[in-house]
Amino acid sequence: MAFTVSINGEERTLDVPGEMPLLWALRNELGMVGTKFGCGKGLCGACTVHVDGQATRSCSLPVNTIGAKKVTTIEGLGQSEVGKALQEAWLDQDVMQCGYCQAGQLMNASALLHRNPNPSERQIEAAMSGNICRCACYTRIKTAIALAVAKGGKVDA
Amino acid sequence: MPELTLDKAALGRRAFLKASALAGGGLLLNVSIPMAARAASGAHAQPATLSAFITITPDGLVTIVGKNPEIGQGIKTSLPMLVAEELDADWDKVRITQGDLDPKYGFQMAGGSTSTPTNWLPMRQVGAGARAMLVEAAAKRWGVPAAGLTTAKGVITNPATGKTLTYGAVAADAVGSTVPDLAKVPLKDPQDFTIVGRAIGGIDSPRIVKGEPIYGLDTRLPGMVYAAFERAPVFGAKLVSADLSAVKAMPRIKDAFVLQSDNVAERLVDGVAVISDNWWIASQARKALKIEWDNGEWASDSSAGYAAKANELMGQAPKDVIAKDGDVDAALASAAKVIEADYSYPFLAHVPMEPMNCTALVHEDGSVELWAPTQNPADGQQGVAKTLGIKPEQVKVHLTRCGGGFGRRLTNDFMSQSAAIAAKMKGTPVQLIWSREDDVHSDFYRPGGWHRFRAALDAQGKLTGFDDHFITYSTGGQVGFFAGMEADVFPAKFVPNLRYGQTAMETRVPMGALRAPRSNGLAFVFQAFLDEVAEAQGRDLPALLLDLLPDEPAPPPHPGPFGPQPSFDPHRSRGVIQKAMQMADWGTPAPAGHGKGFGFYFSHAGYFAEVVEASVNERGQPVVHNVWVAGDVGSQIVNPSGALNQVQGSVIDGIGQASALAIEIVGGAVKQSNFDDYPLPRMPITPKVMVEFVKTPNPPTGLGEPALPPVLAALTNALHKATGKRIRSLPIDPKLLV
Repeated sequence: MAFTVSINGEERTLDVPGEMPLLWALRNELGMVGTKFGCGKGLCGACTVHVDGQATRSCSLPVNTIGAKKVTTIEGLGQSEVGKALQEAWLDQDVMQCGYCQAGQLMNASALLHRNPNPSERQIEAAMSGNICRCACYTRIKTAIALAVAKGGKVDA
Repeated sequence: MPELTLDKAALGRRAFLKASALAGGGLLLNVSIPMAARAASGAHAQPATLSAFITITPDGLVTIVGKNPEIGQGIKTSLPMLVAEELDADWDKVRITQGDLDPKYGFQMAGGSTSTPTNWLPMRQVGAGARAMLVEAAAKRWGVPAAGLTTAKGVITNPATGKTLTYGAVAADAVGSTVPDLAKVPLKDPQDFTIVGRAIGGIDSPRIVKGEPIYGLDTRLPGMVYAAFERAPVFGAKLVSADLSAVKAMPRIKDAFVLQSDNVAERLVDGVAVISDNWWIASQARKALKIEWDNGEWASDSSAGYAAKANELMGQAPKDVIAKDGDVDAALASAAKVIEADYSYPFLAHVPMEPMNCTALVHEDGSVELWAPTQNPADGQQGVAKTLGIKPEQVKVHLTRCGGGFGRRLTNDFMSQSAAIAAKMKGTPVQLIWSREDDVHSDFYRPGGWHRFRAALDAQGKLTGFDDHFITYSTGGQVGFFAGMEADVFPAKFVPNLRYGQTAMETRVPMGALRAPRSNGLAFVFQAFLDEVAEAQGRDLPALLLDLLPDEPAPPPHPGPFGPQPSFDPHRSRGVIQKAMQMADWGTPAPAGHGKGFGFYFSHAGYFAEVVEASVNERGQPVVHNVWVAGDVGSQIVNPSGALNQVQGSVIDGIGQASALAIEIVGGAVKQSNFDDYPLPRMPITPKVMVEFVKTPNPPTGLGEPALPPVLAALTNALHKATGKRIRSLPIDPKLLV
């Protein structure tokens, strides 16, 4: 069955079973491999995308539930000022080790800053607790979010 | 207590151990790196290749090959930093590419924290050699002696005339320069370093934050299909029969077929591959497979059974005596006080974030190309050749960035599997992907272990005897991979009467190296028990350690199977112990309800002492507030940013293991399946981790592992200070602390 989904501002057609998770439509149908497979059960956050601005686990989001909602993936993160500020902060802090989870971390962090432009340390920790970093770069992730808040988080929030 | 000598059983089977052993020496540094210069075609217009590692274009862009697999340890950034430093390149004009598996790069492996010590000199020599070739070319151009010319940031200067030439301008000429003897090429005084020692960001990070394809799982080839692989949950099970008809009839399923084990779990086990142009569709179809397994004699194995057996064995005489000094029985018999305790730790899984995967393309002539996120590509090449019955030179391995490794990708079963699947579909690239459940169920696990300790104190409270009976695992009579104990685990050689006994019990659970293998379990039990000994003496662990360790340099290196091994250095040990005490203000008690605990360990050529400040919440769970880490990995930190990240990550990794992680065996299979029942640490538990390096005049060594082991005991020792209760078994059971 064919579905039309808005991804990073583009209408994309997906001819897939409706229950296929968005993650596998992105990775195996559209060749958009920035969104990562980590656990397949919404436990690690590596596959986080935005659906109408909300951080959503794409591994557990069937394509037939998206409808007219707008999907943003890591490939589209730089389209927003908050996203750009986070990408710069990530590089400034040299956040990552293996980096595999970072697309999900960035997507979750940007959803946080869109809904709360000035989060406290506790609020950052709570919001980011769904994202596992196996290399445990948590200290730098937290610092980078705080830096993005200081530098650019308020621009389009 | 060097960690890098061999399990005898594994000798010859594991190529990477050879490098580990050498690296442990910190001595074998003059690895031969070919400098096969080849002529640049079309002179100035083309890039000039000065060695296997360095290419320079006319505009001055320097491309350096990163030779070792990148698993997040930062080696793709740090080894080229060594090259660029001696080349005197302008780092802003350096690009780095990942080298494929190729003998021209020397040994390529990410394991044993060996990349830095084994490449520290060779990579600098590669840079210095290319610099000499560029300088010679400039000298010829100007008709002056090379000796007087200077270099900086990719520019050659003649101080006598003030004339300059860029590397880009002379690179094509330099291809014709004399290729220097790398063993004799002059190297910089580290005081003059301008790139090494700078905090430099990960070279791939700008691509990663944009979601660009870079990992093994991101490999895309024309016409590529995806494979899901079903194997028996019970280790060692055999496939009896499989009904594939229903699956083959499903929409978008291209094929399904049986793969037969080649009887080496590190390569291929029995199973069924399901092929689709979408991996999720293959995975869904996999659920409809009807397979009959013969689980064999191992289906009744369980963690509870292993524990019962271990308890029984601990009370008997050890099968092997690994270390023996003096007469420990006499010391115990005549002791004024004997301290006894049993300790244990479980099997652990690696769970790197990028699930196991490999893309393989078998060509019509039977040769195979693989795009592999592996830590150990040469081993994978050998394994794939054996699995397919072809020659290793028919196996081409492209290295992709790895989404974590932690030792899991030292074993290349996923490479053999993908090759065996692709061999049934010649000409079609196949990407094999494991689910997270596959990963948790089919790992090569950190072996669990049990220790029965006894320590003898004389009337003056002096530690006169130390006895350990260690129960570990064997398979087919061979002690498991990294499951055996070394004779020189501290405090061996520092207590007059000492015995380490070892007895192994049979299992079919596959075992492998997890970050800081051996040490990640041994450091916990030894440093936690020594904390009990210190308490019985009426003092604290660092006081006991400083008492046991004389302020003397290391004895000379001792012979190992592949060359000299460094000897444990009491002086360097004291250095980090004293530094950690100072950093943590050790003499000052922790705030009410908190406790400070100490841990020290030497592994992978690194000395680490750590202090944990922890308390217990209302549910009995440990809460870590602060960790102070003092490490000695030699004279130079190559990349301080990457180094700090490795140490902080190792510490949190260790806290996570101690707090919550265990793999349990039920019915011959693994009970856990995903991050819900194998709960990795998350951001809210992250403590402040303060790190300082004690610089000593020793060759630089690796940082992927040695910061992990001490933290586990430092945590349980801190919990004892906070609650008065001893944790002797991991993971920590909150019921013991409420």
